[in-house]
Amino acid sequence: MTQKVTLTINGEKREAEVEPRLLLVHFIREVCNLTGTHIGCDTTSCGACTVLINGTPAKSCTLLAVQVNGADITTVEGLEQNGQLDPIQQGFFEEHGLQCGFCTPGMMLVGKALLEKNPDPSEEEVRQAISGNLCRCTGYVNIVKAIQYAGKKMREPAEAAAPTA
Amino acid sequence: MIPPPFEYFAPQSMAEAIGLLQRYGTDGKLMAGGQSLIPLMKLRLASPSYVIDLQKVPGLSTLEEHDGFLVIGTMVRESALEHSPLVRSRYPGIAEASEVVADPVVRNFATLGGNLAHADPANDHPAMMLALRARVVATGPTGHRSISIDDFLVDTFETSLDTDEVLVEIHVPQPAAHSGSAYVKFERKVGDYAVAAAAAQVTLQGDTCTQAGLGLTNVGPKAIRPVAAEQFLVGKRLDAQTIREAAKLAGDAAEPTSDLRGPAEYKRAVVRALTARALRKAAERAMGGAN
Repeated sequence: MTQKVTLTINGEKREAEVEPRLLLVHFIREVCNLTGTHIGCDTTSCGACTVLINGTPAKSCTLLAVQVNGADITTVEGLEQNGQLDPIQQGFFEEHGLQCGFCTPGMMLVGKALLEKNPDPSEEEVRQAISGNLCRCTGYVNIVKAIQYAGKKMREPAEAAAPTA
Repeated sequence: MIPPPFEYFAPQSMAEAIGLLQRYGTDGKLMAGGQSLIPLMKLRLASPSYVIDLQKVPGLSTLEEHDGFLVIGTMVRESALEHSPLVRSRYPGIAEASEVVADPVVRNFATLGGNLAHADPANDHPAMMLALRARVVATGPTGHRSISIDDFLVDTFETSLDTDEVLVEIHVPQPAAHSGSAYVKFERKVGDYAVAAAAAQVTLQGDTCTQAGLGLTNVGPKAIRPVAAEQFLVGKRLDAQTIREAAKLAGDAAEPTSDLRGPAEYKRAVVRALTARALRKAAERAMGGAN
C-alpha cells in the first residue's frame, strides 16, 4: 500500500505516492533524480547521504520518506543560488576540501549547518561536527580548513557592511 | 538495502497509538527516531508488519525538572540532551552518555526513549539510568505505570513493556546536595559501541560516600548494576583504595564475552579502569559544590 509524501526539496515541492519502506535517500535520488546525495555504506556510518531536514543534518539512508512527510529538505543541489556558489562550496574549492568527492555533499551540508549555529568554529568544533561523516581521501585537514574558510566568508559581509566613509 | 514491506502509521494521539498497538500486537512496532529500528529493518533483523511512528503524538518532548525528578519525554533527541544547560549542569552523566551515542548526525534524530526501549546492552543510556536510579513511565489501555529501570531492563532487546504499552517518560531523581554523576566509555573508534563503559553517581557528606549508583554497558546480556560495588562504597571515604576496591567488585559483576572488541578478561580489566575513572569524576563533581 502506498502513501502520499510531499516534501519541499531545495525550495521545490515534490509529491509522490510511495511505499512506506522507501528510504528518504531513494526518494531523493530515484523519485526526484537528485543524485548529488550519495549512498556510501548504507549502514548509518559514513554520512555520504547526509541532507538537511528543516535545517538539521540527518542521514537520509536511515529515514523513511513517509517519516519526514512535509519537511523542508536541502540537498547539495540546493546550495548554489542564482549561479553563485554557497560559501561552503567556495571553501571546499579554495581549500581543496575534496579529492574523489564522494563524501563532499554530506560534508558540505554538515559544515553549513554547523556554521549556521557557530559562525566561527574552532578546529575541534569542526572535527566534532563532521565526526559522523567519513572521508577516505583527504585525512580531513583540508575539510576542516574548507569549513573554516566558509565561516570566514560568511562573516565577511556583515563586517564589510559597515560603511567606512 | 531496503526494509521488507510494512504499513506505516503516524498517530496524532496517545489513545490512537495504543489502539494500534492493541490491534496489531506483536506484529506492530513503535518507532521513535528510528535510528536503531530502521537499520535493523534494512538488515531484516526486524520485520514488523506495522510501524507506529510516535513523532506526531503530542507531549512526548518534555525536558524539565518537576516534583523532584528530571522528566525526559520519550521523544527527546540525544542532541537536545547533549546541549541542554539543565542536563549538562545538573545531570552531567546523562549529557556524557548522549554525546557518545553514535555520531552527531545520528543524534539529531535518535531519542532517549528509543535508546532505552530498544534494550540493546551496547546502548549507553541504560547503564547511566541504572546509576541514577531512574524510573520509566509506561502508558497503556489501563493507564500509566511507573517502572524502576532495573525492572524495565529484562534481557537483550527485551523490556518489561507489554505489547500495548508505550514508554512515555523517563524520571530521573533530582540529585541530592553534593552529588555528582559521570559516564565514561571506551570505544575502538568514534561512534562505535562501547568495548565497555561505566556510569556512576555518588553523594558525599564531607568526603564520605552516603549514596552510590553504578551501571555497566556492553559487558553482559543487558546493562549491569554492580550491586556489591555500590554497597561497598556507602559509608566509606572515597579515597584511592576504596575506589580501587569498588572498581574490582564492578569488574567481578561484569559478564563480558569475547568478541571483536576484545577477550572477556580484557573487558573485565577495562571495566575496572572505567569504573574507577567514573567514580573519580563523579566524586570531583560532587565536591565541586554543583550537582
